[in-house]
Amino acid sequence: MRIGYYPGCSLQGSGKEYSDSLFAVAEKCGIVLEEINDWNCCGASAAHALNHDLSVALPARTLALAEKQGLEQILVPCAACFGRLANAQQELVSSEPMREKISDYLDMPIKGSARILTVFEFLQEHIFPVADQHIVNKLNHKTACYYGCLLSRPKELTRLEHPEDPMEMDKVMEMAGAIPIDWAFKTECCGAGLSVSRTDIVAKLSAKIVEDAVSRGAESIVVACPMCQMNLDLRRPEINRQMDKKSDIPVMFVTQALGLSMGISADKLGLNSHFVSTGKVVSCVGRKEL
Amino acid sequence: MENTQAHSGELTLKQMVEHAVDVEIQTCYQCGKCTAGCPLNEEMDLMPNQILRMLQAEYPDYEKEILTSTSIWLCLACDTCYSRCPQEVKLPNIMDFLRQESIRRNLVNPKAKNILRFHRAFLDEVERNGKLNELGLTIDYKLRSMDLFQDLQNAPSMLFKGKLSIIPHKVQNPSEIKKLFKKING
Repeated sequence: MRIGYYPGCSLQGSGKEYSDSLFAVAEKCGIVLEEINDWNCCGASAAHALNHDLSVALPARTLALAEKQGLEQILVPCAACFGRLANAQQELVSSEPMREKISDYLDMPIKGSARILTVFEFLQEHIFPVADQHIVNKLNHKTACYYGCLLSRPKELTRLEHPEDPMEMDKVMEMAGAIPIDWAFKTECCGAGLSVSRTDIVAKLSAKIVEDAVSRGAESIVVACPMCQMNLDLRRPEINRQMDKKSDIPVMFVTQALGLSMGISADKLGLNSHFVSTGKVVSCVGRKEL
Repeated sequence: MENTQAHSGELTLKQMVEHAVDVEIQTCYQCGKCTAGCPLNEEMDLMPNQILRMLQAEYPDYEKEILTSTSIWLCLACDTCYSRCPQEVKLPNIMDFLRQESIRRNLVNPKAKNILRFHRAFLDEVERNGKLNELGLTIDYKLRSMDLFQDLQNAPSMLFKGKLSIIPHKVQNPSEIKKLFKKING
């Protein structure tokens, strides 16, 4: 079955390595992702904070275009975009007046029937069955799987088995030969969209996450959201100031980690474009078992 | 406490919220789980459970206090409150409505102005191109907030790492998105 793909704006900008590594892994496994033609921004936090109709209409346009393209399932790797698309879809299918209003705004028919996949669902359904043939290296280090908010909650949309202590990403990392740790900040918020307007808050919230991961012996933090990655990586100087100590724990996307275990080069996976160096983790690959 | 609005036939803020969001404010019995789990409770001037209690009272002074609070702007919509609420009160959706109402009544707390400026800069960027360009957003926000130097040191390395693009990404026909904004904003 065809798999539609919605990159969203971050994956073309600050979170480019998420998209690069996802495509590298998909290519390795012989899976083709079909980008939605002419997709637009989901509106993110700004639209739902300021204008409810806009927060449904923007994702709805993308959903309508996917329908026009005949895509019955769409992968949305960005956690924030996933949240907005899934929320909009829920409103469209649960309220006929809303669906009509939005369809009228867009001047396009829309059903909202496509299945929207999280990155975890995509990995489970499409990569897991063939992963064995492609995994050639063990990552050989302790990792903290950080899920953040929008891939965990609300559970009606994210469909996680245990939203307070999810294991979906832990399973991926185990498969890649890493050792996922048990820790307390798996699903806490990093400060998300306040990154620019209230950097102080982001530093506080993200510092708690980094501090807990490090104190429990993690050597990397693995994420599946470009906002989480940016806050924990780009904001590290502010985080270090907040913790009053220096931490050099790298923050990778789950697809980068998986790609490493498949023997894809660090460069192709975008592991050289982080602010906190990923060198130490890359050098763990294939080293003697812990 | 006299409920003047309820008697005058004007909608109270609680009624407006319930009209806009699929939620029954009255069902909150103040267990406080929302506030206990809120990652921003330390920063807020009104706690999430207080906002619900004050809405229940349908008292005009409380309504003004809610709409001028910083809490409604600090809420990150992380959904922790809603996912732990025994009564399934959709607080994040209530917060969205309260922000919009706070703008409508011109009651935005001055301390929240930069958060609002950022949201506006974000939407203006989307209205222009249909896609968000982080460089355009950053420049636009800096001009609005006059906070010109913050983050300046990150820009060159972000450009170098290919994380910022100088040429803006756009949808095929940006006027289609402009028209959509116009229709919705009336």
